[in-house]
Amino acid sequence: MREMTFLTLLAIMIPATLRQATPLIFSALGGNFSERSGVVNIALEGIMAIGAFFAVYFTFITGNPWIGIAGAMFVGGLFGLLLAYLSVNFKANQVVVGTAINILAVSLTTFLLVEIFGRPGQTDNVNKIADLGPLNILTYVAIIMVFVTYYIMYKTPFGLRLRAVGEHPKAADTLGVNVYKTRYICVSISGMLAAIGGAAMAIGNLSLFKEGMIGGRGFIALAALIFGKWNPIGAFFACLFFGLAEAIRMNLSGYINVPGEFLFALPYILTMFAVSGFVGKSIGPAASGVPYEKGER
Amino acid sequence: MDLQKINVQKSERKENLDNLIKQLAYPLIAIITSFVVGGLLVAAFGSNPIVAYSAMLRGSLGDITSIGETLVITTYLILTGLSIAFGFRCGLFNIGAEGQFVMGAITAVWIGWGLKGLPPFLHVTLTLVGGALAGGFWGGFVGWLKARLGSHEVINGIMMNYIAVQLSNFWVRTSLNQDGKAFSVEIADSAKLWRFSETFSVFSKTRLSGGLFVAILVALVAYYVLNKTQKGFEIRAVGFNQHAAEYGGINVKNNIILAMFSAGLFAGLAGAIMTSAMQYRVNQLMGFTGFGMDGIAVALVGNNHPIGVIISALLFGILQKGGPMMQIEGIAKEVVFIVQGILILFVAANFVRIMHDKYKINKELKNSLNKREGK
Repeated sequence: MREMTFLTLLAIMIPATLRQATPLIFSALGGNFSERSGVVNIALEGIMAIGAFFAVYFTFITGNPWIGIAGAMFVGGLFGLLLAYLSVNFKANQVVVGTAINILAVSLTTFLLVEIFGRPGQTDNVNKIADLGPLNILTYVAIIMVFVTYYIMYKTPFGLRLRAVGEHPKAADTLGVNVYKTRYICVSISGMLAAIGGAAMAIGNLSLFKEGMIGGRGFIALAALIFGKWNPIGAFFACLFFGLAEAIRMNLSGYINVPGEFLFALPYILTMFAVSGFVGKSIGPAASGVPYEKGER
Repeated sequence: MDLQKINVQKSERKENLDNLIKQLAYPLIAIITSFVVGGLLVAAFGSNPIVAYSAMLRGSLGDITSIGETLVITTYLILTGLSIAFGFRCGLFNIGAEGQFVMGAITAVWIGWGLKGLPPFLHVTLTLVGGALAGGFWGGFVGWLKARLGSHEVINGIMMNYIAVQLSNFWVRTSLNQDGKAFSVEIADSAKLWRFSETFSVFSKTRLSGGLFVAILVALVAYYVLNKTQKGFEIRAVGFNQHAAEYGGINVKNNIILAMFSAGLFAGLAGAIMTSAMQYRVNQLMGFTGFGMDGIAVALVGNNHPIGVIISALLFGILQKGGPMMQIEGIAKEVVFIVQGILILFVAANFVRIMHDKYKINKELKNSLNKREGK
């Protein structure tokens, strides 16, 4: 009997964990592309909101959630381009620009929500991406993307270049790698992936867009990336762990004697430990956040 | 000889004036451009931007009550803007102002509710100072992590923001809870800061308080400390060039901790003022209050200068107080936040200056080409 309850527990918790982790995985992979190429992407949070909104919007118009995903990727990519433009061409402080994009993106979604759907709060229900077995198709896609990202980053010439650009742009430039172009591509990919992350929440887990639905998950994804030491596989496990914390809070908070607030705060506390070197120091790409000036010594 | 000196002085003065004009003109152009872009967005959805912006002005400056409420927001923004600006001057991005604000607010409830039977002046002072210190430690810890362990203040700051919200919510739900409701107990009357409405009946409908004077005073003190004292010089030197500062014998690590602690003090004080003068309690937080994030825009537009911060805090106070009035006219109030986001993008990217420089270089090139062709 006891074993049965344990099995039922697993049957609830494993899918719940994966469901919560899916948006985080996409966004963390997005962050991985951007940060590894040397651009800090603190705008993940805002781009997730944009992705969630436009996924619902395009699904609402066309009725096809896959077109919704494509639309979200397109708009997310545009926001990635904006971040790339300002941080590469204008050499702006990437963190400040990222914060501005967050403010802009979140307020743009609430603005469009009122203007297009005619009311604040949430959109109408739309078709969602289908489930396959116990999980959403996007969850499988997320897991596949982890390996695809790993392959691109460590087994292809492009991956080598992007890591070189993030570690030592000068050396990469000397060897003929186009630093600006690489960063543009990576930050755009980052925007697209983060947008899928938002879409996975809006039309994967739910079937609508709600104001404030991202609720800091962009930052948790960033945290997972750091916790996973800027590596797709590591970030994947960190996302699973943070997804588990979220699943416990949502499903089991009545059964265990830990305040829900603590479970909420856990990913953040752990990340601080990780960046401060208490659980194996997590060191980012050397040139992350540093604008590159051609010909500078 | 003398003539030469006078000429040098003259050109110096002209240069100073030029710089001053540029310092004022760049933010001003950025502000106007952002409003134009926001207006285009409003127009794109079939509303009249002029109606929108005049509603905004009416909502924020239309009568004495709305002016009062605009200044309430300005009070917070001066302090959180100052917090971010102080960090920037030391080369640090205090994105943790939000969490410091929350810690200041909840600590003020602890002190305002927990201590009893104190004379009002002492109790108010303790509440404000305690809240400020809580913010100070919340920020100082991030500074300490940066100085001692080298971990990035932005990442730690963001994490501390969320931890602060959860901690505050935990207390509001447990120790400080008011009869199972979604807010905390109310602070004692002796811990409440003086409001304008207590003395002037015109302000009877606003929550405007002495906090405004506290904020302006703190801004002036910050200006003095930054620009006229040795510590301020050290902090600015670290912000200007860490290596040079270290070479010059300045203790970089201590100054980083000190700057983050001071930045935290300002944001914490803003939170304490919210508790002690406006809300008298803290609500269960669903997300952030936003005042910490708005401080970034305030600091950037105010050019990280304490006096500039006061002016830009007023501008953003007008924007935010006026937003809801646009809602009444059927235009989403988020327009003001969109304007704010665009404005930060412009200022952070130095958009106007870089474009101006490019334009100048192009013009010079064209002129010299034309001259050559003319000959």
